[in-house]
Amino acid sequence: MPGTYLPSEYLPVLIFILVAIAFGIGALLIGTVFRLKKQYFEKLMPYESGITPKGEPRYRFSIRFYIIAMLFVIFDVEAIFIYPWAVVFDKIGMYAFIEMVIFIVILFIGYIYAWRKDAFQWD
Amino acid sequence: MLPELFFVYFAFAIILLSILVVTRKNPVHSVLWMLLLFFHIASLYLFLNAEFMALIQMIVYAGGILVLFLFAILLVNIKEEIRITRFIGAWPTGLTFAIGIFIVIFVSIKSFVLGQQGTYTIDFIKKESHTKALGKLLYTDFLYPFEIASLILLVAIIGAIILAKRRIKS
Amino acid sequence: MNLQLPPLGPIMPEIFMTSLALILLMADLFIKKKEVLAGASILGVLVVAYTLIGSSGSTFGGMFISDGYSSFFKAIFFINLILSVLISIKYIRIERVNFGEYYSLIALSTLGMMIMASAADLIVLYLGLELMALSTYILAGFIRYDIKSNEAALKYFLLGAFSSAFLLYGISLIYGLTGTTSIKAIASFISEKGLVGNPALSLSMTLFVVAFGFKIAAVPFHMWAPDAYEGAPTSITAFMSVGPKAAGFAVLGRVFMIAFASIKFEWTFLLIPLSILSMAIGNIVALAQSNIKRMLAYSSIAHAGYALIGVIAANTDGVASMMNYLMIYAFMNIGAFAVVIMLRTEGFKGENITDYEGLAKTHPFLSALMLIFMFSLTGIPPTAGFIGKLYVFMSAINAGYTWLVLVAVVFSVISAYFYLRIVMYMYMREPKIEVGTSKSGTLGVALGVTAVMVLAIGVYPKCLVELARAALSGF
Repeated sequence: MPGTYLPSEYLPVLIFILVAIAFGIGALLIGTVFRLKKQYFEKLMPYESGITPKGEPRYRFSIRFYIIAMLFVIFDVEAIFIYPWAVVFDKIGMYAFIEMVIFIVILFIGYIYAWRKDAFQWD
Repeated sequence: MLPELFFVYFAFAIILLSILVVTRKNPVHSVLWMLLLFFHIASLYLFLNAEFMALIQMIVYAGGILVLFLFAILLVNIKEEIRITRFIGAWPTGLTFAIGIFIVIFVSIKSFVLGQQGTYTIDFIKKESHTKALGKLLYTDFLYPFEIASLILLVAIIGAIILAKRRIKS
Repeated sequence: MNLQLPPLGPIMPEIFMTSLALILLMADLFIKKKEVLAGASILGVLVVAYTLIGSSGSTFGGMFISDGYSSFFKAIFFINLILSVLISIKYIRIERVNFGEYYSLIALSTLGMMIMASAADLIVLYLGLELMALSTYILAGFIRYDIKSNEAALKYFLLGAFSSAFLLYGISLIYGLTGTTSIKAIASFISEKGLVGNPALSLSMTLFVVAFGFKIAAVPFHMWAPDAYEGAPTSITAFMSVGPKAAGFAVLGRVFMIAFASIKFEWTFLLIPLSILSMAIGNIVALAQSNIKRMLAYSSIAHAGYALIGVIAANTDGVASMMNYLMIYAFMNIGAFAVVIMLRTEGFKGENITDYEGLAKTHPFLSALMLIFMFSLTGIPPTAGFIGKLYVFMSAINAGYTWLVLVAVVFSVISAYFYLRIVMYMYMREPKIEVGTSKSGTLGVALGVTAVMVLAIGVYPKCLVELARAALSGF
């Protein structure tokens, strides 16, 4: 049940997050106190490595990015399934090995399919 | 007392963040709020003594799915998207339904009684470590659902390639 | 720990189906002639159907069960797959989507349905449902250059995902209440611990009704159906108006008749309005349609209403009549869609109802077949549709729902108007435009099989009825 258990060993993480937030806000605050408040056209321009920006920054991206991201997520999930398996592998043994082989073979077929369909190729 | 306090914070933060996600006009802002939302959900898993799930939530959702969301948003024309009114005129109907469903759920949930407890108590998991307990269950009792999951991932690969990759012939 | 492999006998059909889908996917990479894959998928399914005969029992710690009930539904899914593949071979070539993944996805979707029908655990049920649904979403959007197909896939996906959320909420509630996800254990826990009448349990049951209502396209959860059915490739419309609906009924029957058996009164109370609304809206809105795929979509909503009456009767007779109905529906509905596909030729959609004007003059044989399917969908003897309705209504009357049957009969009479309008157009009007047909051997086989089965079941129903009854022994 939520609200009955306190993960006390994660206290350092909480402190770390709080320090990080405080550092971020603090740095910005100190900046606003000390910096010059002169504003002119060049300064308000978006910074693009010192080159004058041209064109609209918001444009439609190619759908190729999406396919790459999608395949990344799928194989990411696959990799995560292997993690708890590796932890208990010595306990379960051969049985665990067989089931993971089936799992990976099914996804490997997906991988071959994606490969042959040029999903990893940019154009 | 302290655990309850944390839970109340996370519960309300999640509701607030979810509302922010669906009401922002700029979809990129929505995604950024969603990132914060995913972190809060991950913390909630932590308070359920499910460390592994908390990490998965961060790696898969905050790391992978969120990128997917961003790419999906980059496929639409954001400039146009911000200018047009996104919400349909039927929102009063939707709100009425939502409140109605909320009341129904609220009233019925009150009579919720906890069922039988399993073998995996907090102390047991603490002793075993969550990853180990999860692994043992997933690869023995829940082996069958695990194999079906691989097929679902396979369908996702096929779907992504069919719907997005192949050049349109006609 | 030394673990023994669970018995694989009961799960053999699923293993073969998985292999079939994977082989089709791999073969697609090397085979240029995609018709070979169609043939391979039909042959493969016949092998899978053969392995079904020997499989019975439960495995994986009771998560998976293969019994008569699941086998009957699996037979429906196999018939659905074979007929859908038969009608699509020429059609997807005309639509220029003759890709090999098509057959692989159909096999994976059918695998999802099989897992659903055999699920004895809510987690397996959910995963099977997702596998079926995800494959069907992709198939619905298969014609990528057609904006309507895209719309169909998107609407189907969004509302399907929405219904999955309801299902998950229902599952999590019942898991919290009972501490188990096994359907049998839930049933015994509810009756042992006296949870009957607990509002939280009723809420969980209601969420299940919503989720399954989406899958079987029952009003008021039917909103996706007309658009999805109209936009999807016609062969896929035929596939998804039979398969996912039957799978939805399979899990509906198992979860409600077993897990929620002790709150029978509550769920029949919820399903009755669902059934009446489905028949009313499905049949009445179908009257106003001018596109035949949309009309058949509303008709499919109405048929979900009729089949629900069998579940409402809430006894083995009722469930058997529901199973019968779905089997008969598979034949008559795919038959009707086969005729629709026949009219789709290069550069001509043939989806308007007016395209059927005077068809009897130019294509008398095709019109006769359409006449049979329309009569069957209306429920006119001696077709199978009549038998399906007869048994559903009889089981409801025996269970004491005479008034519900009267309502259903009234709506059946209304439905005659739009089904017979097609017949009237075909036989009593002059042809206005030249309508060609796309003949192909496989389509002919599908039309022949469906027409023969519709008539055979109509004339000699005893065999199927006995089969459904026998399937339910030990349910």
